[in-house]
Amino acid sequence: MTQNKKIGLFIPCYVDQFYPNVAIATLELLEKLGCEVSYPLGQTCCGQPMANAGYERDTVGTTKHFVEIFGDYDYIVAPSGSCVLHIKDHAPAIAGMEKEQESLHYKIFELTEFLTDVLKVENLKGSFPHKVGYHASCHGQRGLRLGSSSERNEPFFSKAKQLLDQIAGLEWVELTRTDECCGFGGTFAVTEEALSVQMGKDRLQDHLTHGVEILTGGDMSCIMHLEGIAKRNQQPLKFMHIAEILNQVIS
Amino acid sequence: MSHPAKASEFLQDAAKAKWHDETLWFVRDKRDTISKTIPEWEKLRELASQIKDNVLANLDKYLVQFEEKATANGIKVHWAKDAEEHNQIVLSILQRHQCKAIVKSKSILTEECHLNPFLENNGVEVVDTDLGERIVQFLNQPPSHIVLPAIHLKKRDISELFHEKLHTEKGNEDPAYLTHAARLHLREKFLGAKVAITGVNFGVAETGEFVVCTNEGNADMGVHLADVHIACMGIEKIIPRRKDLGVFLRLLARSATGQPITNYNSHFRSPAAGKEIHIVLVDNGRTDQLAREKFKNSLKCIRCGACMNTCPIYRRSGGYSYGSVVPGPIGSILSPGLDVKKYSTLPFASTLCGSCTDVCPVKINIHEQLYEWRQEITKAQGTNAKSISMKIANGIFAVPFAYKVTGVMMRGALKILPDSITYSGLNTWGKQRDLPETPKETFKDWYKKNRT
Ligand code: SF4
Repeated sequence: MTQNKKIGLFIPCYVDQFYPNVAIATLELLEKLGCEVSYPLGQTCCGQPMANAGYERDTVGTTKHFVEIFGDYDYIVAPSGSCVLHIKDHAPAIAGMEKEQESLHYKIFELTEFLTDVLKVENLKGSFPHKVGYHASCHGQRGLRLGSSSERNEPFFSKAKQLLDQIAGLEWVELTRTDECCGFGGTFAVTEEALSVQMGKDRLQDHLTHGVEILTGGDMSCIMHLEGIAKRNQQPLKFMHIAEILNQVIS
Repeated sequence: MSHPAKASEFLQDAAKAKWHDETLWFVRDKRDTISKTIPEWEKLRELASQIKDNVLANLDKYLVQFEEKATANGIKVHWAKDAEEHNQIVLSILQRHQCKAIVKSKSILTEECHLNPFLENNGVEVVDTDLGERIVQFLNQPPSHIVLPAIHLKKRDISELFHEKLHTEKGNEDPAYLTHAARLHLREKFLGAKVAITGVNFGVAETGEFVVCTNEGNADMGVHLADVHIACMGIEKIIPRRKDLGVFLRLLARSATGQPITNYNSHFRSPAAGKEIHIVLVDNGRTDQLAREKFKNSLKCIRCGACMNTCPIYRRSGGYSYGSVVPGPIGSILSPGLDVKKYSTLPFASTLCGSCTDVCPVKINIHEQLYEWRQEITKAQGTNAKSISMKIANGIFAVPFAYKVTGVMMRGALKILPDSITYSGLNTWGKQRDLPETPKETFKDWYKKNRT
């Protein structure tokens, strides 16, 4: 279904800088699944941190650049729900680019939804004998609807679980608060430092109480925040992006 | 004080903050459970949302219709453009009846208008008859939650307070005992008041009736013993038809506390023989909000409090951290409409997690409005990046690590930021968190080597 399709890899800027392994895992994973992927070298930040801080109007330049860089691809895939949501919902309208922007909306995918909805991955072979806790990032969860939200009366679903359940030996750990925010929130992490850290500690506790060994998720920003707190407090948790688990498993 | 400052103060008492979080989470959990027993829950929310959209689009007509019908039913209708007019109208009714003591059941509108201090300054004793409200009134505090006004207090606090004010046994924290004492105290007040004030949950345009919802029956107790009932109503509380109540009453109690129905839903139509009912219709900034396209649907709110119970920030910072009459997510989108400067930190007191939007029974897009207020607030603070709020800018760019992030992240978007902001020495990120290790090469470098 993706044969002869051009797939562009969109790597959030902080992942490029701090978590190259997550980007590599995403690329290799897609390649192993038969996709032809390229990473346009000219890409920069999507503008989300600025927009969420109240400066959406100053992201016209980055948005235009994004559309120019990725406009020709059939699919754009990113290992981040948050950045994908930004492109879909908060990128400012660019005069003269309405059509391209409209089509981006349908071409851009967060990694797990690309795997479940476009590639229809159903039969991952491999094993990962660990107790895994999943941190559903809010932007993925309630923004992109990658999973059912605990607030709504809807049948349970989770695109991440759909993938992780295919892996032999992997134990999906149920949490008490299944989709509470970790407190990262971009600028919030520093403007509301005390709250941000408390929220992170509470999330970590939920994972620890349920015996999680490896905490995973679809957004490195949340994981960076949670891992930063866990390390500072010497808590026995390992952190991996879901792309790293999947890529490791099927190698 | 800004929200971050008050929030970190609240978190100082870690045990109490944890208790506050867990208590409100418990309420949210009850709400989740009961909402899932209604198969058509999401349809109900959609219906409620659409009814309210219709109300907001035709508010003028519905209000006039409501006035006509209510007047025909023998109710006296008053219009108040702001808090001051509202308070004057209430006072003049009291003066006409030479009334020096009133009982009031929970009304956030009268809090908004600061009616209590106004009446007290004019020699009228005001007694809030909702138990939680009475407790905070004893303490001279505003409510910290719109449905659970004293949720920030623990049993022990209340026991001490009642010992002092109502002479209950020292150290007796038994809720039944304390409630009984409050009952005896309030009974006296009910019997002595000639005028009772209530809020209004729903005003029905089609019939001129209105509905007041309480769990304690205190509104009814006050109103039926008094000669005069003054109902204070925000103009957005209108619903078109009586049958719409079926939608809203089902949503309200379940969203608020997880109960199937509020204990007392009292319907008022016309005064009993020899008695009076007054309705004061209050604008106080509501038509201004209605004129703001992006924010007008905040007026759909039915004040259930669910967005507070679900909010991870509210639960861990308490109602007072917001410094506004209505706290929590809904307060953070209503308050900037009243005073954008005073409440400028509120829309930033959120991670934009969206839980409030998903829980709201009338489907207000709360977190999207928080995002939009951020855009408005930074505009109000100056169009040029050099004059942007230093507080926010410091927050983001103060950290060497954040600078590293932004160094790349923002190179395109942020050329406009002065270096003095980006290089400030304060390391907020790293106070309680480790930084990620800097890898040997970026992905871009790796890609160039390995794939091109
Ligand atoms: S905004 Fe929605 S959830 Fe919050 S109090 Fe109003 S009706 Fe309830």
